[in-house]
Amino acid sequence: MTIEALTPAGELMKLSMGPQHPATHGVLRIVVECDGEVVTNCTPDHGYLHRSIEKIGECIEWPLFVPYTDRVDYVCAMNANLAYCLAVEKLLATDPANRVVIPRRAECIRVLVAELNRISSHLVAVGSMAMDVGAYTPFLHGIAQREVVNDIFERLCGQRLTYNYVTIGGVAFDLHESAPAEITRFLDEFERAMVKLNKLVTTNAIFRERCAGVAPVTADEAIAWGLVGPNLRGSGVDWDLRRDEPYGLYGELGVRVPVGDRFAGRRGVRGDCYDRYVVRLLEMQESVRLCRETLKLLPPAAKEKADPIGGHQFDVSKLLRKPPKGEVHCRTEAPRGEMGYFLVSDGTKVPYRVRVRTGSFSAAGIFHRVMRGAFLADVVAIIGSFDVVVPEIDR
Amino acid sequence: MNDAAITARIQAVFPDVQPATTPNAQPRLCVPAATLPALARFLLDQPDLAFTSLMDLTGYDLAKYPSTPPSDAIRVVYLLHSLCHLHKLALWVDAPRASPVVPSVAGIWPAAIYFEREVFDLLGVRFDGHPSLHRILCPDDWIGHPLRKDYVYPAEYLGVAHLREGQHFESGPVRG
Repeated sequence: MTIEALTPAGELMKLSMGPQHPATHGVLRIVVECDGEVVTNCTPDHGYLHRSIEKIGECIEWPLFVPYTDRVDYVCAMNANLAYCLAVEKLLATDPANRVVIPRRAECIRVLVAELNRISSHLVAVGSMAMDVGAYTPFLHGIAQREVVNDIFERLCGQRLTYNYVTIGGVAFDLHESAPAEITRFLDEFERAMVKLNKLVTTNAIFRERCAGVAPVTADEAIAWGLVGPNLRGSGVDWDLRRDEPYGLYGELGVRVPVGDRFAGRRGVRGDCYDRYVVRLLEMQESVRLCRETLKLLPPAAKEKADPIGGHQFDVSKLLRKPPKGEVHCRTEAPRGEMGYFLVSDGTKVPYRVRVRTGSFSAAGIFHRVMRGAFLADVVAIIGSFDVVVPEIDR
Repeated sequence: MNDAAITARIQAVFPDVQPATTPNAQPRLCVPAATLPALARFLLDQPDLAFTSLMDLTGYDLAKYPSTPPSDAIRVVYLLHSLCHLHKLALWVDAPRASPVVPSVAGIWPAAIYFEREVFDLLGVRFDGHPSLHRILCPDDWIGHPLRKDYVYPAEYLGVAHLREGQHFESGPVRG
C-alpha cells in the first residue's frame, strides 16, 4: 500500500476514533491523521480499561487470582483461566515434591472447554469483523451459535461469561451427565451453521474484495513485531503452541495448524486481512475435530463422591501456602494467540509478581505500522482482522 | 542448542555476561546494561542462535525480594525464543532503582516498542533510544510507577478522591 506517494501532500486532518466508537471493539481510542482518505499516521491510545490486574495479583493469594484472569480476556475466559492455572502448576512442579497431577478426566474437560471457548471467541471475532466492514447479519449468526456454548458453560459452572472454572490442579466441577450429548449436538449444529456463514461471508465477493490485500503483514514482520496466534499464522508462520509446545492433552490429540496462504486469490497478499479471517475459520473447524476426539477419550465419571475432578483441591491450596521460590514463564495458545504468564514467587502464599503477556497487546503494537498508507475506511477492517479485545491490551 | 551450549557461545564473545543462580535452577543470564545492545544484535544475527522472537519483555522490583545480599534494583527480564532452532533464552538486566536506565532493544525486536513502554509506565525504567517512550496504560500525568514495591497509592486523581472518608489503602499483600 503505497498510495501515500500518489496523493498530493495537503492539509492533514486529525480524527479521534473512539473510545466510544462501535467498531473499536471496546474502549480503544485511535487518533488517525489523514491526508484526504489516506491514513498518514495512527496513534493508538490505550489505558481506558486499565484495571491494574497485575498489581492486584501482587496483593492476593495464588488461587484467588483465578477469577481475575477471567477479566483479562472475557471473550475466552476459559482459556485465560487455563493459562494462569498451567503457569502456577508449572511453578509448583519446579520442586518435584510439589508436582500436581491432574486427573485425566479433568485434562479432557480442560481441552473441551478451551476448544469450545475458542470456537465462541472466534465466532465473535469473525462476526464482528464482518460487522465492521458493513455486514451486520453474520454477527447475529455467530452470536446465536455462541449462545449455545454459553448455555453449556452455564450448566457446567453457573456462569456465561467469566467462568472461574479451571482451577489450579483441575477444574471446579465435573461435567454434568448430559454434557457430552449437548456438546455433540452443538458441534453438529455448528458445522451446519459454518456452511451458512461461509456462504454469507467467506465466499461473498464483496467481503473478499474488501479484505483482500488490505494491511498485509509478512512472516518476518509478524515474528519481529511479536504477533501471535491467528495473526501470526495468517502471515504464513506455521506455529501453534498446542502442537509445538504441547500442554495438557494436546500432545495426544495432534493439532493440525492452518496457516495463511493467499486465500483471497488473485487480489490477495499473504498475511492480509482476509487470510487472518480465514485462518480463524479453519481453526474453528480444527477445534470441532479436537472436541470430538476429546469426547472419545473422556474417561467415565468417578462413581464415588470422594473423587470429583478437583478432589485434591485441598492439597493444592496447602501447597500454595508455601510454593517454591523462583520465576516461571508458561505460555499457552489462547484464541487471540499466545497468552504467557510470567510468575515470580518469593516462597510465600502471595505472588511476588504476576505478569500476563497477551496477544491483543502486541497486535495493537503493530497498528501504527500497518495502518500507515491504508484507507480510512480500512481502519475498522484492520482492527477487526487483528481481533483485539481491549481488556486484554489494558489489563 | 541446549542452555549450556548457548551460554558458552555467548560467553566466548561477551565475557561479562554471567549465568545467574536462580532459586529453582532455571537458566538465566545476567547481562550488564551496557552490553545489552551488542548482545541483542548478536543473538538475532548469528545464524546458529537466531533469536527471532521476543516472547516477552517485563520486569519486577527486587526491593522486597528475599535474596542475599538484598538487592536494590529493578530487574528487566527478556524472554527470547528462536522459531527456527526452537531454543529459548532468558536474560536479566538489573538496573539501580534510583535511576534505572536500560538501553532499548526496540530497534532489534520491534515488539519491544510496546513492551518497553509498559515497563516504563509500571516500573519506571527508562529505555535509552526508545522511539517514543511515554506511558501506555496509566494516564500521562499519573504520578509514580504502580508496580514498584514502595508505590504509594494516590489519594486522588484530578481532584476526584479514590477513597471514602476514613478508608485507606493497604499497600502490600492482604492478610487474612
